[in-house]
Amino acid sequence: MNTLAMLTSTVAGTVDVPDIDDTTSYWRWDFAWEVLPEMLRSFFQVTLLVTVVGTLIAVVLGLALAILIRVLPRPLAWIITWIANFIRMTPIVVQLLVLFYGFVWMEPMTIALLVYGIHYSTYMSEVYRAGIDSVPTGQWEATTALSMPATRVWSRVIIPQALRSTVPSLGNYAISMFKDTPFLIAISVMEMVTTALEIGGFTYRYIETITIAGLIFLVASYLTAVLVNRLEKRLAYQH
Amino acid sequence: MPTNTEHQQTQPVIEFQDVEKRYGNKTVLNDLSFKIERGERVTLIGPSGSGKTTVLRLVMTLEELTGGYVFIDGKPLAYEQRGGKRLPVSKRDQKQLRTRIGMVFQHFNLFPNMTVIENMIEAPVHVLGKSKAEATARAHELLAQVGLPDKADAHPSSLSGGQQQRVAIARALAMDPEILLLDEVTSALDPEVVGDVLQILRDVAATTNVTMLIVTHEMSFARDVSHRVMMLDGGKIIESDDPETIFTKPNNERTQQFLSAVLGND
Ligand SMILES: Nc1ncnc2c1ncn2[C@@H]1O[C@H](COP(=O)(O)OP(=O)(O)OP(=O)(O)O)[C@@H](O)[C@H]1O
Ligand SMILES: [Mg+2]
Repeated sequence: MNTLAMLTSTVAGTVDVPDIDDTTSYWRWDFAWEVLPEMLRSFFQVTLLVTVVGTLIAVVLGLALAILIRVLPRPLAWIITWIANFIRMTPIVVQLLVLFYGFVWMEPMTIALLVYGIHYSTYMSEVYRAGIDSVPTGQWEATTALSMPATRVWSRVIIPQALRSTVPSLGNYAISMFKDTPFLIAISVMEMVTTALEIGGFTYRYIETITIAGLIFLVASYLTAVLVNRLEKRLAYQH
Repeated sequence: MPTNTEHQQTQPVIEFQDVEKRYGNKTVLNDLSFKIERGERVTLIGPSGSGKTTVLRLVMTLEELTGGYVFIDGKPLAYEQRGGKRLPVSKRDQKQLRTRIGMVFQHFNLFPNMTVIENMIEAPVHVLGKSKAEATARAHELLAQVGLPDKADAHPSSLSGGQQQRVAIARALAMDPEILLLDEVTSALDPEVVGDVLQILRDVAATTNVTMLIVTHEMSFARDVSHRVMMLDGGKIIESDDPETIFTKPNNERTQQFLSAVLGND
């Protein structure tokens, strides 16, 4: 833990560190209050931003992947499937590092948004695929019998019915993206947990910052779950 | 029993020419040829597995045609002969022809995420290019015709099976099809609503000149509504005649056996 903290403090060093020199008390409220704004700032500016933008990219790109794999001719669909499998099977940290060192001209934040968005799109495309497969064949046949054009078939019949079963899983992936953001430490982006460790590196107090980080994650994940639940209800139709 | 003589000179609206249908190496239809004239109502009968559904699905392009040719109004639907070769018809031409064909399924297949009226105007607006107002007006007319004038804004899930099937019939008619395919449209319904649905189809038969290709186990309906009955067995049509002849004095022994089994069980 300590070495990790040292490492990060050498990396960024932009954190406003409170001047408290107390290594004996277990929990200090004044310290907790003092570091809270800094923690929230890194949460909103990095963790939340990466998760929200990453989820938006993943939700759209994932759907595009699922549809492309379904409509493209075999060889092309296979190529896309394999690329997606490859991205899904490699750790997100490795992908962050490859872009970080391989494309040095890119902003770390841009890398973060791309990597989280694309990585999770490969998971979400699997969810969409299952959702698309769950639409009964009779629905496809009805669209053929009505000669509906492909765009209307997808937008009005298949996607609305596929989404019904996918929203909860998509929500879970959004939450798990939240929980993957600490990996951003690998490319020196100061997200919330890195900030907590950084503060610890200077003050030798970890319990408050780490607890606060945990609580913020908890609240954020809970709110996401509530949001997903609402969305699920709104998308539902009588059955 | 209705008669239909004026169609004799015109081009057949549906023509099967040496049609063969295989699933894997299982041959379901073999050397099947027949013609259906404009405005004609034809019922396909035959034992389970004889390929009745397959014939309808081939006309609706829901199945790949593995051999032979199908023509709609004289134009090839799936494959055509070009330079001595059997080649697939362009997707565009196929779509064009397909808009003339409507189908009602055994399990209705309404879109559950749309209301009744949305189900009915989707294709007229986005395929035929009708205005929304025009399509909606026509849909209301058809809903009244099938006895569901107050269900326009209902969701399919809130309707009974019989009501859903009536909406499905109305949805198919909203496309003003030249050909209407009906595959056992009452066999998923409760017995007490079968009569209502068949009555609607009788009305459609009486008031329009849409060509109908029907698969049904309701023999009295078949008898009343069809101009012709075709008996399918072993992937071939073994007898084709007016319903009077088929139901009272069939020539083929297999037809006799089949009908006595079916009518005997009723
Ligand atoms: N997708 C398929 N794959 C393989 N075999 C099939 C498929 N669809 C139909 N068959 C077979 O083709 C044959 C004809 O089927 P079809 O559904 O056309 O018969 P049918 O006359 O409509 O019978 P029923 O009265 O039971 O509805 C059957 O032997 C059936 O098992
Ligand atoms: Mg059948």
